[in-house]
Amino acid sequence: MPTAKIPPVLRSSTGGEKEVAVDGSTVGDALRSLASQHPDTERQLFGDGGELNRYVNVYKNDEDVRVLDGLETPLSDSDTLMILPAMAGG
Amino acid sequence: MDAGVDNRPCGGKYGDTVAAIGHTPLVELKSLAPKPGVHIWAKLESHNPTGSVKDRVARSLIEDAEARGAIEAGQTILEPTSGNTGISLAMICRRKGYPLKVVMPSNVTEERTQLLRMYGAEIVYSPGEQGSNGAVAMALEMAESESSYYMPYQYGNEANPRAHYDGTAVEILDELDDVAAFVGGLGTGGTLMGTGRRLKEADPNTLVVAAEPLQGELVQGLRSLDDGFIPPIIDLALLDRKIFVSNRDAVVWTKKLIEEEGIFAGVSSGAVAAISHRVAADLEAGNVVTVFPDGGWKYLSSGVYTKTLEELEADGTLETASFW
Repeated sequence: MPTAKIPPVLRSSTGGEKEVAVDGSTVGDALRSLASQHPDTERQLFGDGGELNRYVNVYKNDEDVRVLDGLETPLSDSDTLMILPAMAGG
Repeated sequence: MDAGVDNRPCGGKYGDTVAAIGHTPLVELKSLAPKPGVHIWAKLESHNPTGSVKDRVARSLIEDAEARGAIEAGQTILEPTSGNTGISLAMICRRKGYPLKVVMPSNVTEERTQLLRMYGAEIVYSPGEQGSNGAVAMALEMAESESSYYMPYQYGNEANPRAHYDGTAVEILDELDDVAAFVGGLGTGGTLMGTGRRLKEADPNTLVVAAEPLQGELVQGLRSLDDGFIPPIIDLALLDRKIFVSNRDAVVWTKKLIEEEGIFAGVSSGAVAAISHRVAADLEAGNVVTVFPDGGWKYLSSGVYTKTLEELEADGTLETASFW
């Protein structure tokens, strides 16, 4: 199963877990699997229409899924999903 | 013997230091090329007057405000920054007679504070654990409560990418006939948007790749994911790839630049070098161009150039420092 890495800001919603095994062959399925295991994450991960929250960056291994195929990006069991808040520099 | 210089073109002749911004050298990184036929080039933005790519942006922001009549002599400029934009604004504002107040995360290196004070800027510190996001939020609140400030707001001002569209990109195209890929660090998005847009206009097949920092966990002190921040100038549709780089990998490549190329660059340069090498490995031939945002001077006190990786991990630098 793919692994989702949980950022510090979401850990209060996962009972402190830093990594969660998730089910799904796409990024969207995997994130919904995370939300079903830890319901408090759902409102932070998704907008009202089920789209990815604008301020959440999700990476398949190290590439931003928004620049791949978004929630439809395919996942294999060996992939890691990294969830991070969008941070600026400058 | 001819008395003329033999290393033309030189950097040019300018009326003052602000006019001398840009025109930075494009240097090939031969030892980092993964295969023959693929060339990696870096624009060394440390050659700008205050030592970073942000000189281009700061000049563009101030000249844009002046051209629109948005600021008047003596008006205080307010800007959130992780350091470099503030330092560039500080030099330009001092030259032009505008007081400057910058909002900066408290966990940046001491050198940035010293350089800002040297140029006469006032510094307001935002919580370090919130990174640049915290500085942006605090500056927006200050601007709302005090209308006399002018905030250029590099994150949402098209004058930021325009500095690269009209400057950095043109300089690259002047030197190279074709660019297979452009790799830029993602901070405000200005370098990537401005340079990427112009390079794609010149050749739609040019790949535009963002390298972004994976902040240490202790620099992700946000209350919720809604405190995330995406600079309004960023258009993700322009990017072909967006890849994060850990502080550890960025430091590894920063050290590699010194050891293999003799280039003393800042940590974000190590990050874009890592991604440039990776992108280059996927190409059969062509030029990969990147921008090294600054030199290493402002990061010396962090120890990244003198300590080993193991020491940096043990003392927490890789988890807590803010390099972008």
